[in-house]
Amino acid sequence: MARNLRHLGFLALICASLSISGAAVIRPINDAHRSAALEIFVPTDGSFGSLEEAYEALRTFQILGVEKSPEISHATCPVVVEKLGSSSFIPKDLFHALRVNSILGCQIDSRTFEDVASKLQAVIKDANSLLDFHYAVGGLLHIKDYGINVALLDTDGTFHSIKALSQSDGRWRYDSNSAESSTYAAGIALETLAGVVSLADKEVDQSKIGIVEHDIVKLFDSIKSYDDDTLYFDEKHIDASEYKGPLTTSASVVRGVTAFAEVASGRLNIPSDKMLGLAKFFLSIGIPGSTKDLFNQIESLSCLENNRVSIPLILSLPSMVFSLTTRDQLKVEVTTVLGSAAPPLTVSLVQAFRSDSKDTPVMENQELQFDSENTIHYLDIIPLKLDVGKYKLMFEISLHDPENINTYATGGHTSVMAFITGSIKIDKAEIGIFDSDPGNSETLQKLDLSRDSTLSLAANHLQKLHLSFHLTTPLGHHFKPHQVFLKLRHETNVEHIFVMESSARQFKIVLDFLGLVEKIYYLSGKYEIELTVGDAAMENSFLQALGHIELDLPEPPEKAARPPPLPVDPYSRFGPKQEIAHIFRSAERRPPKELSLAFLALTFLPFVGFLIGLMRLGVNLKSFPSSAVPAAFSTLFHAGIAAALLLYVLFWLKLDLFTTLKVLGFLGVFLVFVGHRTLSHHASATAKLKSS
Amino acid sequence: MAKSTSSDAQMLIRSLRTAYAATPTNLKIIDLYVVYAIVTAVIQVVYMGIVGSFPFNSFLSGVLSCVGTTVLAVCLRIQVNKENKEFKDLPPERAFADFVLCNLVLHLVIMNFLG
Repeated sequence: MARNLRHLGFLALICASLSISGAAVIRPINDAHRSAALEIFVPTDGSFGSLEEAYEALRTFQILGVEKSPEISHATCPVVVEKLGSSSFIPKDLFHALRVNSILGCQIDSRTFEDVASKLQAVIKDANSLLDFHYAVGGLLHIKDYGINVALLDTDGTFHSIKALSQSDGRWRYDSNSAESSTYAAGIALETLAGVVSLADKEVDQSKIGIVEHDIVKLFDSIKSYDDDTLYFDEKHIDASEYKGPLTTSASVVRGVTAFAEVASGRLNIPSDKMLGLAKFFLSIGIPGSTKDLFNQIESLSCLENNRVSIPLILSLPSMVFSLTTRDQLKVEVTTVLGSAAPPLTVSLVQAFRSDSKDTPVMENQELQFDSENTIHYLDIIPLKLDVGKYKLMFEISLHDPENINTYATGGHTSVMAFITGSIKIDKAEIGIFDSDPGNSETLQKLDLSRDSTLSLAANHLQKLHLSFHLTTPLGHHFKPHQVFLKLRHETNVEHIFVMESSARQFKIVLDFLGLVEKIYYLSGKYEIELTVGDAAMENSFLQALGHIELDLPEPPEKAARPPPLPVDPYSRFGPKQEIAHIFRSAERRPPKELSLAFLALTFLPFVGFLIGLMRLGVNLKSFPSSAVPAAFSTLFHAGIAAALLLYVLFWLKLDLFTTLKVLGFLGVFLVFVGHRTLSHHASATAKLKSS
Repeated sequence: MAKSTSSDAQMLIRSLRTAYAATPTNLKIIDLYVVYAIVTAVIQVVYMGIVGSFPFNSFLSGVLSCVGTTVLAVCLRIQVNKENKEFKDLPPERAFADFVLCNLVLHLVIMNFLG
């Protein structure tokens, strides 16, 4: 149990160190990014969906130095060749195809390139939107790498057209019709202008370049910052349909500015802190989850790695936790953003503050030594006499070569949080039971808290439990950990936790059972005692079982609180439920069969009686017509009525109403016809008889 | 006094009988039919009284069939009776055709409701 807690303690320590002061830990690009790139950029059968996505994947692999599989060339090259060879005039497709080709190096002959170049030059001549210029100029730049002579026909005109779309605050519009300007567009515009300058056959007017430099400075005025010294660009107006986010916008601006800095002969007037802030922004993201974000992050960092304004140098700590027990050294790494070596420099620890006394530094001005084999700056912390706890360390980088000060951005004071941990000594532990009146005190037992004990104590409600111990740091100071708890657990798993107070260099608790009787719900019986001591800076945090105590408490009064119900197993609700007993309506009492049959016979009796009565009355068929036709009709009439009654019987037995009604319809018509004939004949016969 | 009442009753019954004997045969047939239907209805009610009215729709259908046909027969008797001045111009065959038709409709409904 104590060992598990130690592991938990380390884990909590690592998590705590990662979330220090709410800022993400900044580390340069490392193998974690490489393996993430392989996981995120996954081609389906070698192809990436679109040429744009293919370019993102290939460029990321190229920057990170990841081997790409040959399937990608096999699947993507045909698409590239097809796009470049087709007669379509979409500059965006040509641009992406040329970009992918510059990485893959597919077999394309120079005639195709010349055709594409002429197409792109035509696009530039007629273009009026920023994106068209961007695609065309970018495409021509890639074609130029193949040795084909591409020269812009009208450099000044193109430069002017692109510059005309700029706004006074350094941002750009997408074309002359749109009213909204965008920072993302500014990045694209700067990149395009840089392309125009490098494609120019003659020297571009320096005053024009000076105006653009002025725009860049204006653009940097709109930079925003988070609390932890990271700087980023974002759009001023957020348009929901086209919102690109700070990462994409900042990436675009970095790309544009570094590209322009390459072609500008002088130095851009951008303070190095801002470049460092942008680098920290990209690195503070960690490892993004989507392809576009990872590509933007890696590409921007690659632009910052070798830019002409100032190259940011990242100071980072490989580990935030230093143990006094294992005599760790404080290790600091200084590299560029992609992890390459920095120029010769010295790191010095300017100040170190304990987290609980933020004003007075515990240490000042220590220079770190350099280990050239591992390119790490280190410092032994044991001689510094630093005690366990949480520290804020402030570092400063000083470059050896004074010429490098303009080339590199070192960024003043960098502050980092760190933990120094050590093994805490726990001693002078005593436990005992006191009686209420101070005259009668039992002796305290000595306790060894380095292992579980099996004490057996007994107390009644008039007595008190006393526990005390000392905690000392490796340097001999009194230590106050975060968690010092005493737990009493009853046999029925009802638990009570008490926090121990620290006073006068010792931790002590006195449990007065007389006052606690209500809190313990008057439960007498055996209680297990557990002591927990833990802190982030403590390497030997523990949870020890101390034994048990028999508590004899009085009976609870009427109104005392019941102990809380024990927690129900949360998975029990997934078990089978109680069987449902359905209540059916009791069946009706049916009569016995014989009775029903008897009454059935009885019901036919009146019919028999009716027939007998008819015979008694002298019923005869004398009026039945004798001649053939009327006789036929009469017969049919009677047969029809009989058929109807038969139909009704069938209806009751098995037919449904619709069939019955259908048949009855036909039968009814028949009956009406026949009946009419019969009855009219009968009526005329009667009338004849009467008249005669 | 009792003797006179009983003899009065006997005289009353005898006079009713002789009067009734004078009715035409076709009216007597209709009366017989009515009596037959009523007796059937009574038997059904007695049965229901014994066993309870569980399939109530069946009981109603049976009883109403008898009662309905009784009513139609009575209507026929009224219309066919020659002494009834109101229906002088109505040929009895027409009344009989109505009787047949209404009975057919009545029994269709009854059979549907029988269940």
